[in-house]
Amino acid sequence: MAGGLTYTAVDSTALSTAEVYGKTLVELGEQHPEIVALTADLGKSTKIGTFGERFPERFFNVGIAEQNMVGMAAGMAKAGLVPFLSSFSQFASWRVADQLHTDICYQNVNAKIIATHGGTSFGQAGSTHHAIVDFALVRSLPNITLICPADGYETANAVRVAYETPGPFYIRINRGFDRVVYENEDYGFALGKAVEMRPGTDITVIACGSCVFQAISAADFLKNADGLSVRVLNIHTLKPIDKEAIQKAITDTRRIIVAEDHSVIGGLGAAVAEVIAEYGKGCAFKRLGVQDSFAPIGLHEDIMSILGIDSNGIAEAVRAAMKMDFELDDDWDDEV
Amino acid sequence: MALTKQEWLALEDKAYQMRRLLLDTCHWAGSGHIGGGNSVMDMLVILYHRYLNIKVEDPAWADRDRFILSKGHAGIAYAPVLVDKGFNDPEQLKTFNLTNSKMGIHLDSNKVVGVDASTGSLGHGLSIALGTGLAARVQGKNYKTYCIMGDGELDEGSNWEAAMAMAHFKVTNVISFVDRNHNMIDGNTEEIMALEPLADKWTAFGFEVKVIDGNNISQLADAIDFALANTGDKPVMIIADTVKGEGIDFIEGDYRWHYGAMAEENYEKSKESLARHYEARKARAEKEGK
Repeated sequence: MAGGLTYTAVDSTALSTAEVYGKTLVELGEQHPEIVALTADLGKSTKIGTFGERFPERFFNVGIAEQNMVGMAAGMAKAGLVPFLSSFSQFASWRVADQLHTDICYQNVNAKIIATHGGTSFGQAGSTHHAIVDFALVRSLPNITLICPADGYETANAVRVAYETPGPFYIRINRGFDRVVYENEDYGFALGKAVEMRPGTDITVIACGSCVFQAISAADFLKNADGLSVRVLNIHTLKPIDKEAIQKAITDTRRIIVAEDHSVIGGLGAAVAEVIAEYGKGCAFKRLGVQDSFAPIGLHEDIMSILGIDSNGIAEAVRAAMKMDFELDDDWDDEV
Repeated sequence: MALTKQEWLALEDKAYQMRRLLLDTCHWAGSGHIGGGNSVMDMLVILYHRYLNIKVEDPAWADRDRFILSKGHAGIAYAPVLVDKGFNDPEQLKTFNLTNSKMGIHLDSNKVVGVDASTGSLGHGLSIALGTGLAARVQGKNYKTYCIMGDGELDEGSNWEAAMAMAHFKVTNVISFVDRNHNMIDGNTEEIMALEPLADKWTAFGFEVKVIDGNNISQLADAIDFALANTGDKPVMIIADTVKGEGIDFIEGDYRWHYGAMAEENYEKSKESLARHYEARKARAEKEGK
């Protein structure tokens, strides 16, 4: 933990996730004069403006011009600064896809993108402001690390590890408040390592971001209602992904459900599917998320319910997977 | 300090050597961006041999001046200049564009020593230059950033985002150029996507604009000196009016030579043309130099 900054439960419930990010960045900025911050007219919305209030000479609001913001950040990083950039996830990814590809990832510069309003969290704004395919883009780019934290505590950890680790980062957080899944920051956050939120032997639910809380709720419900032992893995780092944790889930539980606030194409579910396919051991598998469509307009929690990525949707998917009939012996040698 | 006649002649000599090395590199590679490479060559030569504060023995020196070649496809002109300065092994030019070479059409800042930004996708360089310029301000450093854009790439909207921001943040430690060679891949810029009135556009975006003959080394020196002496709060844009293919008579001004093959016959013709061009350039320096 850099700097000994800790947040209390009060902070994590009284502050939106982005506010925790803004505070964390200010803390880092106090210690590290090379940190600068950039935004494209979203200083208030993304909370990176908090940094600007404290360090106006190190804060650059470029207006509504995301391409320029990303190019500037690349130049600043090349000159030895550590730029943090914030915009809404859709505009911090696809809007700047070429700059992200060439200026940031190809040059492998030390720039940190904190993308807010991820997934369908800005639900009422509609599909122009939903980011349901950003993982697909960022995950495919070389050199970059992709994190989707589950709550404010994890966001604080992710922002710190991004500063401490050289190279490009894309951290995707939500608009507004997230349900808190940790009691504090000291749960052993490690880059690229899944966190087991609930132990389990019957089935594994893998989730990231806002779906982690929903997966935990589903697991707790199914334990009481159905007597099921549901393992919940929070894969906060989508890239590099924790292959070992996924492989262990395959062999231990042989049923895997993935839930994410993203398209089922190219995101966490796809990443897990790739690991399963290359591992070569069969398991029951289902991806929950946006099913190759655009998401409806509405409150985030309502959209999550419609998409089936809330606790009810996840519980239903678990029950369906438990009914799937497939070879259950322990002999892996007869499988491809 | 105005350029002396002797300095002008020395830079003409260097520009001739570099055009010859560009031609050789095209010949070794079989083809290259010979049109836009020759239009921009005088700017590269004067920057690397008169203005840039850099250290060949310490290419990553934190206080060095930065140079961003936004028109990254002119790598075949840039690579010979960097090699000649001593940043890279001259033998690398003979591998230009070959499989697993460190040098391809667009130079990679992580592979070619002395390159400050990996460019090639157009409309990126000015933003990167703005970033290094602001970094100098944050770090309290005095280095300058020079950025050369192509004229065709000004069609990209991202340049104008950067232009607005450069004027807004009053970034006067970045000195920018447009290599105004009037041609892009598919034809003349005014036929494909009109840029004129180009100087007025940059003026309207908040720049102090100088329009010069970009293939005249003396005029380039005066314009850069003007930019370096700038005490106002407007960034300087030098619109360098150039000839695409400058120095090779059968290529000059012909958009079809944006990217061309340099087979044996054309190679010999080009060498002869460059020699004549050098004589004419020397005569101009002798006549106009002081």
